[in-house]
Amino acid sequence: MTRVRRSRRPGRLLTAACATVLALLALAACFGTALLPGWDRQDLALGAAMPDATHWLGTDALGRDIAQLLVAGARSTLAGAALVALGAMVLGNALGLLAGYLGGRVDAVVHRLADLLLALPALLVTLVVAGIGGGGYALAVGVLVVLTSPGDIRLVRSAVREQRHLPYVEAAETLGLSRATVAVRHIWPNVLPVVVANTLLNFAGAVVSLSALSFLGLGVPPGAPDWGRLLADNRTLLYDNPSAALAPALLIVVAAVALNLLGDRLHEAFTDRGRS
Amino acid sequence: MSTPPPPVPPAPGVAARLGAALPPRYVARRLAGTAVLLVVLSAAVFALLQLAPGDPARTLLGARGATPEALAEVRARHHLDQPVLVQYGHWLGDLLRLDLGTSIRTGESVASALGDRALLTCQLVGLGFATALLLGLPLGVLAAFRERRPTDRAVQGLGVVTLSTPAFASGLALIYVCALMLGWFPAYGAGEGGLDRLRHLVLPAVTLGLAVMAVLLKLTRAAVVRELARDHVTFARARGVGPRTVLFRYVLRGAAVPVTAGAALVLAYLLAGTVMVETVFALPGLGPLLVDSITFRDLPVVQAVALAVATLVCLANLAADLAQPLLDPRLRTPAPTPKAAR
Repeated sequence: MTRVRRSRRPGRLLTAACATVLALLALAACFGTALLPGWDRQDLALGAAMPDATHWLGTDALGRDIAQLLVAGARSTLAGAALVALGAMVLGNALGLLAGYLGGRVDAVVHRLADLLLALPALLVTLVVAGIGGGGYALAVGVLVVLTSPGDIRLVRSAVREQRHLPYVEAAETLGLSRATVAVRHIWPNVLPVVVANTLLNFAGAVVSLSALSFLGLGVPPGAPDWGRLLADNRTLLYDNPSAALAPALLIVVAAVALNLLGDRLHEAFTDRGRS
Repeated sequence: MSTPPPPVPPAPGVAARLGAALPPRYVARRLAGTAVLLVVLSAAVFALLQLAPGDPARTLLGARGATPEALAEVRARHHLDQPVLVQYGHWLGDLLRLDLGTSIRTGESVASALGDRALLTCQLVGLGFATALLLGLPLGVLAAFRERRPTDRAVQGLGVVTLSTPAFASGLALIYVCALMLGWFPAYGAGEGGLDRLRHLVLPAVTLGLAVMAVLLKLTRAAVVRELARDHVTFARARGVGPRTVLFRYVLRGAAVPVTAGAALVLAYLLAGTVMVETVFALPGLGPLLVDSITFRDLPVVQAVALAVATLVCLANLAADLAQPLLDPRLRTPAPTPKAAR
C-alpha cells in the first residue's frame, strides 16, 4: 500500500497548542495562589451567581469566584498526578529493567505480578485501600503509583528484551562492565524516549483518576479548590450557575487531552525515528 | 462379488467436538489459575480489616459504645483473639456459606443490602458494556480501514477525548444538555418498572459506554491494522474478494482473539466507572453503597462489594481465556513448554 505523505502542519499546530495549554497550567500550578491572593474570598450575600463582568465564570454557593478557584486549584489537581506519573516511572523502570535484563525467575515473577495488577480496576482498589487505610490523599497517590507501574514495567521489559541481544550490549559485557552499569548506563538511555512518552500518558490518566477520587469525596477536604472536588461540590448548582460545575469538568478534560495528545505525538515521533 | 463399502466413521458427537476445540487440560489449568487468584484476592480483601487504623474490634463495633463487654463480644464473634490465619479460615468458611456478616452502619445483613442493589448495577453494567461494544468495535474497524487518513485521525481524536474525560464529567455534561436543556431524558433516579427503568438508564449507560469505549477502540484498531497487513488478507484482496467478505471472513476472525482479551479488561474499567456514574445520576446501585460504606468504615459491606468485584473480574478473564481456543484453532494445540512458547 502506498501512503500519501500529508503535510505535517496541522499536527504541528496541535502539538504547539497542547504544549501552550500545559505551560499555562504549569504556571497556574506554580504561581496561581501567589498571583491571586484573594482567590478564596467569600461573598455569602451573593451566593451562586451566573457569570458577569466581575466574575467571569460566576460564583459558587459561598460566593467564591469560580475562575480564581480554578486557577488556584491547578496545583492540587496537577501536583498529585505528576507525582503518580513520576513515581510509576521510577518503580516501573526499575522493575522493568530488572526483569528484562536478568530474565529467568525474576522475570517470571515480575511479569506475573504486573499482569495481576493490570487486571485490577485501579480506581476501585485505590478508593477502597486509601479510604479504609485512612491515609487520605498521600496514601491514594501511593496506591496509584503501584497500580500505574505495571504499564511501565511491561513497556520497559519488552524494550530491554529487544535491546539486550544487540551488539552494543554484548560489547559492553565483553568489556567486563558490571550488569548494573550495562543495564542503567547502556540499555536504559535507548529505552528512555518511549518511557518519557508513556509517562505523559500516565500523567493524563492520573489527572483523571485523582479528580475522580476527589469527586467521590476522598482525599482533599470539602471546599478545597481541587477541580474534581469543585465539580462534586457544585453539581447541585446546575440551574443557578452551570459553569460552576461544567468549567472544572472542562478543565480536567482539556488538561488530560493535552497530555494524551502530546504523549501520543512523542511516542509516534520516537518510534518513527527508530524505524527509519 | 463386490466388497462391502468401508464403514463410515460416526460423526463426532458434540462433546467430542467441544473437547477438541477446548482441550480439557487447558480448561483445567485455567480453572486452577482462577481459583488461586480468587484465594489471593480474598486474602487481600480480608486484610482490609487489618489495614484499617486502630483496633479491629473497635472498627467492627463502629459508632456503638465501646464498653469492655461489647468489645469482648465482638472479639469472640469474629475470633479476633485467635491468630490471623485462623481468623481468615473462619471468615472464608462464613463466606462459603454465603454469610457475609451484618452491616455496621444499618445492622441489616450484608447479603440483603447487596442483593437489593446488585440488580440495578448489573443492568447498568450490561447496558454500558453493550454501548461500549457498539461504539468501540465499528469505530475501531473503520479507523483501521482508513489508516492514517482524516477519518482515522478523527476517530482517534474522539478516542483521546473520551479517554481523557472522567465519567462524572461527561455524565454531568449529558445531564445538563440532554436532561435540563432538551428535556429528553430524566436527570436523576432509577425509575420504576421495565420501560421507565430503561429510560432512566439511557444517559448513565451512554456515559459509562463512552468512558470505556476508547480502550476497545484502540485495541480493535491495532488488531485490525495488524490483520490487514497479513499475507492472506493481501492475497484475498488481490484475487478480488469483496471488501465485506475480506472483513468478516478474514480480518475479524484474526482480530477476535486480542479484542476478546481486551473486552475482559474493559469490564474491570466498567465496574470502576459505575461507581462514578451511579453517584452522578443518583442511582441506588452498588457504587454509592461502596462510597458511603468506605466513608463510614462499614467494613463488612466494603469487603463484600470488593469481593464481588474481584470475583466478576476473575470470571471475565476466565471467560476470555476459555473463548480464545474456540475463536482461534491455532491456540488449541498447547505449546510443549512455556519456555518454548516465549
